[in-house]
Amino acid sequence: MSATPMNKSMSDTDALMAQTATLFQRKRMVAFGVPALILAYFVYVFFAFDVPGLMSRASAENARALVADTYSYKVHVTRDNRDGAVEVAIEGERKGEYPEGESPEWVEMGRDTVIDLGGGHVVVFGPETISYDVPGYGMIRATPSRSKGVVQEFPTDDLPAWINSSKNRLAITTEAGRLSVTRNRSEVFRYFTGWELFFFTLDSPYHGMSVGQVVGRALGGEAGEIWEDFWHNEMWRHRDVMWAIFETILMAFLGTMGAAIVALPIAFMAAKNFAPLKTVRFGFRRLFDFLRGVDALIWTIVLTRAFGLGPLTGALAILLTDTGSFGKLFSEALENVDDKQIEGVQSTGAKPVQRYRFGVIPQVTPVLLSQVLYYLESNTRSATIIGAITGGGIGLLLTQAIITQKDWEEVTYYIVLVVLMVIFMDWVSGMLRRRLIQSDDAGH
Amino acid sequence: MADVTQSGGAPRLSDMQATYMAQVSKRRLYSGITLLVFILLMVSGFRLAEARNGGSFIGGLDNFFDYPGEVVAEAVEKAGELPAHFVTFFPALLETVNIAAVSTLVGALAAVVLSLLSTRGLARFPRLVPLFRRIMDITRAVPEIVIALILIFVLGGGPVPAMIAIAFHTAGALGKLFSEVNENASLKPLEGLESVGATWSQRMMLGVVPQVAPNWLSYALMRFEINIRASAILGFVGAGGLGYELKNAISWGQGQYDEAAAMFLMLFATIILFDQLSSHFRDRLVHGRKLEMHR
Repeated sequence: MSATPMNKSMSDTDALMAQTATLFQRKRMVAFGVPALILAYFVYVFFAFDVPGLMSRASAENARALVADTYSYKVHVTRDNRDGAVEVAIEGERKGEYPEGESPEWVEMGRDTVIDLGGGHVVVFGPETISYDVPGYGMIRATPSRSKGVVQEFPTDDLPAWINSSKNRLAITTEAGRLSVTRNRSEVFRYFTGWELFFFTLDSPYHGMSVGQVVGRALGGEAGEIWEDFWHNEMWRHRDVMWAIFETILMAFLGTMGAAIVALPIAFMAAKNFAPLKTVRFGFRRLFDFLRGVDALIWTIVLTRAFGLGPLTGALAILLTDTGSFGKLFSEALENVDDKQIEGVQSTGAKPVQRYRFGVIPQVTPVLLSQVLYYLESNTRSATIIGAITGGGIGLLLTQAIITQKDWEEVTYYIVLVVLMVIFMDWVSGMLRRRLIQSDDAGH
Repeated sequence: MADVTQSGGAPRLSDMQATYMAQVSKRRLYSGITLLVFILLMVSGFRLAEARNGGSFIGGLDNFFDYPGEVVAEAVEKAGELPAHFVTFFPALLETVNIAAVSTLVGALAAVVLSLLSTRGLARFPRLVPLFRRIMDITRAVPEIVIALILIFVLGGGPVPAMIAIAFHTAGALGKLFSEVNENASLKPLEGLESVGATWSQRMMLGVVPQVAPNWLSYALMRFEINIRASAILGFVGAGGLGYELKNAISWGQGQYDEAAAMFLMLFATIILFDQLSSHFRDRLVHGRKLEMHR
């Protein structure tokens, strides 16, 4: 009697063992197979993307210039070798030029221009000869001439790596700065830490004042002028930048809210419980798929042709794409509506419009609002990219600054602002979500 | 209490009704004002955007179908050449999809680590939880285009800058979603594993990952869908793939619209395809779980 159940349980155990073994086999396959597949894919992509070629093309020089420029700036002292005129300009820009006869204290103007680069490095622009006294190396002389190129004298015969010399050009790069001499031009760069002229340009009376002094002046009734000088700073264009940020947020806001307004009524036509006709439902769902599938990029291109460049075009591109996304999300939310509430409203003799207003809308509002606010935040980021294509907002400024490839401090400034903008929108949308959808949060 | 309601009777009821009506009208007033402010914002914002735009809204509406019309007309005219274009641009499309796939993979792997490090109760270094959260906030906030353009300057054009840029953003975006999933994971398996002396990584691999993997996968698939779009749009700014080819074809203008049309079609089909695929698999992931739970 007792043998049969024993046998049975034994065979059960065997079966279980076998089952477990196969299960383990499969698990092991997955555990090794999936990483192996991913690895194989990475190897394929490594060659498909030509990473080895990219590494050889990558420019460490560019990277260094970029990083250095984000936290430092250079002042150019330039001598026109044909007429002997010397100019001092921050970043070599017209907007950063020192007025005639003025110069920073480390540049002494006169018959000879003496440029003290600090640490004992001194460059002198003489009437004929340019000399650079490098501590620990000696005096380097260069005489630009029409006929013979740049005539150069060095204290040693073997040139160190930081000197780049050819018949028509001399370039010296030391830790204190950089000197380059060609037939037409002699130029010295001196590097300083910080963002130059961020608050006031050289033509402003407030340039060079300490924070205390400026605050004192502001309290003394000059706040308006101080603000004007800062706001219209030509170098950093604070006013345009703030406008651009505002424009980007505007694009995101108009696009998202417009899409929500357009999508809400249409979503009813795509929801099973509100649109009994299958063909209608099918048609609207495909419309949403189409709007979403065409994607913001193609909409942007098409709309730019019709409406020209600018923020409106960007807003409309976001509006069209997100009408598709919202239509889909809203109709799904509407399909999950509880019928009991609608029946309750109906039992009080409510007309269809009232049934929607009091039976449906209160149920879906939290879901809808939370989706819309989430998209608002994410669209702020999209608006930055779309702005770069449609020519509006901070995206445009950013691409322009990057394309010129020299104003990296401005690029850094814009990036910081963009990040702050996105974090701000994230915060706003999170706060609104909590405020407006308290019931939803309490439920969790 | 009972006393008050009994002695109250009729006058109390009318009082209650009055306060109720007053509250209702106050609420209506508030929502009316909110609505008005919203409408004002929309209208003035729209007008401002229009004023700063190259062309006007009404003027543009007439031409809205001009460009698509021209493209379609030319594409229909040269319909015979479309298959050839599909073949020509297929490598570019593949590159766009590859950029999206690699960046989703890399971003998701980074997101797994970041999310585990920034979930309370699971974190390896509980004190550093806020730090890892801030890191995710910042990576999430940086738009892809910023990193892509800078890397194009340093690395030169091509798919890698776009891939890194999208992966960077994906790490933050997925990290946040993953850590929300992690918060709902049961800690009991972890305690069990800890009692047998498992290390942190073993606890995570064996205790947390099996619980959360379906949700992670579902979010990652959704992200992949988004990243295909991002990869196409970054290509347009100069980072390779179909977007780059599209930009070239468009700038050549009329006469080459058949190429643009072919690329529009390819992009559209790809996005729809991956949309459908991902929603199908996500449905299965989430539904499969639901069934198990019901059993």
